[in-house]
Amino acid sequence: MNLQHRHFDALIIGAGGAGLNAALRLASADYRVAVVSKVFPTRSHTVAAQGGVNAALANVLPDNWHWHMFDTVKGSDYLGDQDAIETMCREAIPTVYELEHAGVPFSRLDNGKIYQRAFGGMTQNFGGDQAARTCAAADRTGHAILHTLYQQNIRARTHFFDEVFAVDLLRDDEGVALGALVLDIATGEPLVIEAKTTLIATGGYGQVFRTCTNAFINTGDGMAMALRAGVPLQDMEFYQFHPTGVAGKGMLITEGARGEGGYLINASGERFMERYAPKARDLASRDVVARSIVTEIREGRGCGPHQDHVLLKLDHLGAEVVHQRLPGIVDICRVFLGLDPAERPIPVFPTAHYAMGGIPTDRAARVVAPARHGPEEYVPGLYAAGECACVSVHGANRLGGNSLLDILVFGRAAGQDIERYLSENPNHRPLSASHLEPALARLARWERQGDGEPVHVVKADLRKLMEDHCGVFRDHATMAQGVEKLLALRGRVESARLQDHSRTFNTARIEALELDNLVDVGMATLATALAREESRGAHSRVDFPERDDVNWMKHSLFWREGDRVEAKPVRTKPLTVESFPPKPRVY
Amino acid sequence: MKIRVYRFNPERDTKPRMQSFEVAARPGMMLREALLEIHALDESFGFRHSCGEGVCGSDGMNVNGVNCLACVTALADLKEPVEVRPLPGRPVIRDLIVDMSQFYEQYRAVKPYLIRTEPLPEQEIPQPPAERDRLDGLYECILCGCCSTACPSFWWNPSKFHGPAALLQAWRFLADSRDQATDERLDALEGPYKLFRCHSIMNCVEVCPKGLNPTKAIGKIKELMLEKAV
Repeated sequence: MNLQHRHFDALIIGAGGAGLNAALRLASADYRVAVVSKVFPTRSHTVAAQGGVNAALANVLPDNWHWHMFDTVKGSDYLGDQDAIETMCREAIPTVYELEHAGVPFSRLDNGKIYQRAFGGMTQNFGGDQAARTCAAADRTGHAILHTLYQQNIRARTHFFDEVFAVDLLRDDEGVALGALVLDIATGEPLVIEAKTTLIATGGYGQVFRTCTNAFINTGDGMAMALRAGVPLQDMEFYQFHPTGVAGKGMLITEGARGEGGYLINASGERFMERYAPKARDLASRDVVARSIVTEIREGRGCGPHQDHVLLKLDHLGAEVVHQRLPGIVDICRVFLGLDPAERPIPVFPTAHYAMGGIPTDRAARVVAPARHGPEEYVPGLYAAGECACVSVHGANRLGGNSLLDILVFGRAAGQDIERYLSENPNHRPLSASHLEPALARLARWERQGDGEPVHVVKADLRKLMEDHCGVFRDHATMAQGVEKLLALRGRVESARLQDHSRTFNTARIEALELDNLVDVGMATLATALAREESRGAHSRVDFPERDDVNWMKHSLFWREGDRVEAKPVRTKPLTVESFPPKPRVY
Repeated sequence: MKIRVYRFNPERDTKPRMQSFEVAARPGMMLREALLEIHALDESFGFRHSCGEGVCGSDGMNVNGVNCLACVTALADLKEPVEVRPLPGRPVIRDLIVDMSQFYEQYRAVKPYLIRTEPLPEQEIPQPPAERDRLDGLYECILCGCCSTACPSFWWNPSKFHGPAALLQAWRFLADSRDQATDERLDALEGPYKLFRCHSIMNCVEVCPKGLNPTKAIGKIKELMLEKAV
């Protein structure tokens, strides 16, 4: 095959907030940057983030990055790395100002400063009164940020490869990242993008669960590429269920709705969060609220004919607040439920939402993995940022408003460190045919003709399996059974076949390649969840209900080879302040 | 429910055809879900889609003669048989997938980014709520292309007329009290085509899935040009 090769200083896979923020920095510094995205960039899932981005600007109430750091460490159930969390909370402030300068249309206060709202788990004075820390553009903050970053990248002349699917990473014999084999979706032609540095910024994998808030494109492509390249994934058992997805459908109802004063009620109209989190109530952290909702329903206090959801009440806020501060939520309710949330409560249920785990990185977004000299050696030239990465600032549970922050801060950090790397490594390294073989073989596998199961059937079964065997509450027997089923399903993927082998914009072929990725990240999630015999953050075990700091205050690492699970220590030492020791987590 | 979809695969077909499928409609079902079921029946049927809730703008298409997003179009609201075609006026790549490159080119042509000439403050650039409110109805555009591909002026002069989506963005930055490139932006829109080919046909307003009003934005640009000229 006559493969075309293109050469860039930096290859960025994924055009969400992390990828675009890295690209902006590099393109502005006149590096040759290629951004590969399987969808047009403004269709990346960052666009769907609603509620806001945290930064201790103190525009509404007194605030301090150190308080933000405490909340994040506590929210992580003490599994977050405190050096990374300190970095994120400090950098939050200049990052939000930078975005505002770039054009993000933040909502404003009367004095012209950025509007900030209350969000779950955010406090003043290390666990005191509720903070107002979440900077918002109505409830379209992700849209506002993603479009602004794309626009600034147009200005900086970033080179975009739109609707191009990354098949696999390329690495040489010494493990140095050399770029990726990609597939132009419109033509079906493979292409080699050789780069001195590669940043994986492909986002999450919520599509592995049947009911999720994630877009169709969120299939864990970057994470699975890392696994296939021999890099482990970290903390994959920590998958967040957002407390308020639209019941039975999954669309996200932002935590900002509760930040503006909305609250949850059960079938008897009781404001039940008071029982589970007497102080923070509906603004306790997401793992706490999600568990509380599921508990209410399990104990028979669910709403509706099937008693299978609870209600989110906003009508007491008045039509003006609801329509001005939450216009996107009004749209979703009108279109999908035929109701106006300013008049009637919204049926909600916890919905698969966000991966705390991912490709292990350090604070500079460099990918790190255990090697000869310790658990965190750099994979040269390889970076990861955003939801596909685990830096780890979210630990066992992510606080609302910290995901946009994570992608922006560490996307930028990636750009910064890539500049440094490029100044030290100015030349392309040689790429030989043998480095391309595994990636080409992966493409060729779906060329096989003949009978076999269709991809969509296997994918539907996978999503059901993950929902049934790895949900909000977990136990050994259910998950062990899940692993057995997933092993069987992996065999089915081997014999699955494409019926349509055409080249021009073959979406079926892309979905087949995505299925490979989903199965890999699904196994990483189930295997690590089964191994962790404690309850921490989003990982809630019925058979091990307590957090076990003696045995389990450590990160998990999953390798694809042999489905192996190992552990590495949590970095409990921050950079400049005292560390926050583990404490019982009450809200 | 009977759904007729537009089919064209350049590797196989010399001309497009319509193909009928029968889909069992469920209460609350959206068109996108029906198209996914069709895709499951025949995986060679291609269309773009992603978020499923009207924020990513991937699944713009022409349904019963009207441009819309499949994910927020309820089947129950559609007249049978449902006729699903690609967005009009764009080259078809395959089935419902059209080539949007010219649309994006027009978007880039209006310099859709904030331009500041003064040095930046250490904190945010202050913007009172009344000034910020002017951006409501402008910044929410998701670039789905429903408006521009419904605009006859855009069909006739796609390389010269910027089209409603791009012009909405032009006004979004002109209206932003933080932007300092007003003259430059207005000068770039001079001439008979880029802006003035808009004849206020209002198709864009009718089809915008986000309820935005590009015609009004275009009117505002014209007003501002007039003010400047006086």
